[in-house]
Amino acid sequence: MIDLHGFGDQLLQGAVVTLELALASLFVGLILGLLGASAKLSSIAVIRWIANGYTTIIRGIPELLTVLIIYFGATSVLMAIAGLFGYDEYIEVGAFAAGVTALGLTFGAYATEVFRGALQSIPKGQHEAAIALGMGPIRKFYRIILPQVWRIALPGLGNLFLVLLKDTALVSVVGLDDIMRKANIAVSSTKQAFLFYLVAAFMYLALTIISMVFVSYMEKRASRGLTRG
Amino acid sequence: MKLKKMVLGSALLLTAALSAVSVQAADKVRFVTEGAWAPFNFIDEAGKPQGFDVDIARALCAKMEADCEILTQDWDGLIPGLKVRKFDAIIASMSITEDRLKVVDFTNKYYSGGLRFMGRVGETFDLAKLDGKTIGAQRATLGAQYLEDNFAGKANLKFYDNQDNVYLDLISGRLDIVLSDELPTYNWLKTSESGSKFEFKGDAFMKTDNIAIAIRKGDDKLKAKLNKALDAILADGTYQKINAKYFPFSIY
Amino acid sequence: MDFSVVVEYFPRLLEGAWVSLQLVLISIVLGGVFALPIALARISPVAWIRAVPFAYIFFFRGTPLLVQIFLVYYGASQFDAVRESFLWPVLREPFWCAIIAFTLNTSAYTAEIFRGAIQAIPQGEVEACKVIGMTKFQMYRRVLLPRAFGIVLPAYGNEIILMLKGSALASTITILDLTGMARTIIARTYTPMEIFLAAGAIYLVISIVIIAIFRQIEQRQNRYLGTLSIKVPDKG
Repeated sequence: MIDLHGFGDQLLQGAVVTLELALASLFVGLILGLLGASAKLSSIAVIRWIANGYTTIIRGIPELLTVLIIYFGATSVLMAIAGLFGYDEYIEVGAFAAGVTALGLTFGAYATEVFRGALQSIPKGQHEAAIALGMGPIRKFYRIILPQVWRIALPGLGNLFLVLLKDTALVSVVGLDDIMRKANIAVSSTKQAFLFYLVAAFMYLALTIISMVFVSYMEKRASRGLTRG
Repeated sequence: MKLKKMVLGSALLLTAALSAVSVQAADKVRFVTEGAWAPFNFIDEAGKPQGFDVDIARALCAKMEADCEILTQDWDGLIPGLKVRKFDAIIASMSITEDRLKVVDFTNKYYSGGLRFMGRVGETFDLAKLDGKTIGAQRATLGAQYLEDNFAGKANLKFYDNQDNVYLDLISGRLDIVLSDELPTYNWLKTSESGSKFEFKGDAFMKTDNIAIAIRKGDDKLKAKLNKALDAILADGTYQKINAKYFPFSIY
Repeated sequence: MDFSVVVEYFPRLLEGAWVSLQLVLISIVLGGVFALPIALARISPVAWIRAVPFAYIFFFRGTPLLVQIFLVYYGASQFDAVRESFLWPVLREPFWCAIIAFTLNTSAYTAEIFRGAIQAIPQGEVEACKVIGMTKFQMYRRVLLPRAFGIVLPAYGNEIILMLKGSALASTITILDLTGMARTIIARTYTPMEIFLAAGAIYLVISIVIIAIFRQIEQRQNRYLGTLSIKVPDKG
């Protein structure tokens, strides 16, 4: 058995933090992605510009920099906004919240493209049929469009989630106790850099494999209306 | 329906994420340290900060009868984090420098430091002949600043996120010389596995280096409270006890 | 916020940007060279030949680039055998460690892009070449490679952007790339927002230029047809 010098528990705790961060960012990112895609398909030019600006900027700036900017900048921005409402207490944006924001924004920018492609691939007839049945826009979206978009977008979103999972390592730079930071701490105390970074690598691989299995299960479920057998 | 369950689960996660964005009570003192500067501050196997700085912080809290929290943060995020109120006081073996005084205030010193070079045992060392050598230091420290001011363009300078990585590269041979504070180097030479292969080079300098607690500019109330508590632990022997735990000589 | 520090330190940020560009350029070229044999082995009919590149690609796409850099830089130098080997003059330099990590990483992604492209060319085109009586060399030079090149372009441009963003991680091993330079400047000025935003803007400009260049090439390359693109996963 590999000797982890007593840091095994710490690494496992780190894995839990990594997973929490990834899932929370996924949730934020999915919402941003749907909003972004709807905005890009909007008939109002300003809304399209905003969405294009969002995806261009986020996709052109290193994720590491996004994390750093949000970690150091979000507090002052939030406090300035709160100040407008006469609230001047301190608002904390911790490493976790900053990480969720930064990674959620990143995921959202890429997911915007995935959702846009999926939304555009829904035949017009589906919309018309839903309206003909007397569905309102919200009901139509929720009952007819979203389930189909979900199925089409899933493979793309699955890939993005794998990217997100690896990007969580960047949040260790601002002090979140994830796998990466726990590995760093273990290295500084034991000087066993190769061992601990390799262990960290395999922990990410394990999370990747679990995610892949889960995504393929979801894909099967999402398309159960299509395949019979 | 699957979708409903997912939305519900995700909503729970979001609540968890948002609860991390919390509003802090004003009367709490949030200390921060680095956690990579043994024996002054480091992180133990349980993931908790320990060391001289941390012990001093705890002693000060006891004297101030304040509700305290001790956080950790990478070195180059300490002052930026203090400025945006992520914490109230930096107790991380930080020297009082002119550059730092422009952005933060300091309490009275709680120990004195000094810089000193370190290199491989047996290798000759001459301050005037460092050209072409690879010298390492931690980014944003007094040592790094000294190197930038005196050796930029002459020696090959390398700056690291933390001191542990400086040691790793010294051991591996990527660095010829390291410039750091004398006391942690002293500790490393004495206690680490590879310490016996290295030694101090030249004498310590900048001995007037005063190490103090950094606080936000204008936070005079906290400054007064910390100074008072510092005087108290120096007077009642608490400080000396902590000192003796780490060094056989006084570092005040 | 006080943007006068940005003006003052802008030349140093540009210096850093130049280092970033070098890192990206060298890694992309080397990664491309390695990717071709990896891609060919990946579609080999022999199972054990397929297995090696599969494991390679899986490892480098399944783990964070940050871990890979630390493994190469701090991990490898831990061993006496490495430090005493002929490789040490290269491995002791952080710049080359970054190049090695980036090259390994990007070659795994690029190999998948190449594989996708090769498999995307319809069999009919190969058959058509044979029917016309082209030699194998002619077929590759005139038809298959230009076709593969055209198919690869969008995904490959994407990969370069991702490499540019990934290159920011070089700052964690003492390299003064754009991000490293920004962090060093902040160590003096304590103005993280101003300097990070300026660095972000420079990255953005570089990305936009790369995208524009690729659009141009794509239009030229695929001028005879509508776009036929392949799906390749993004990376972190």
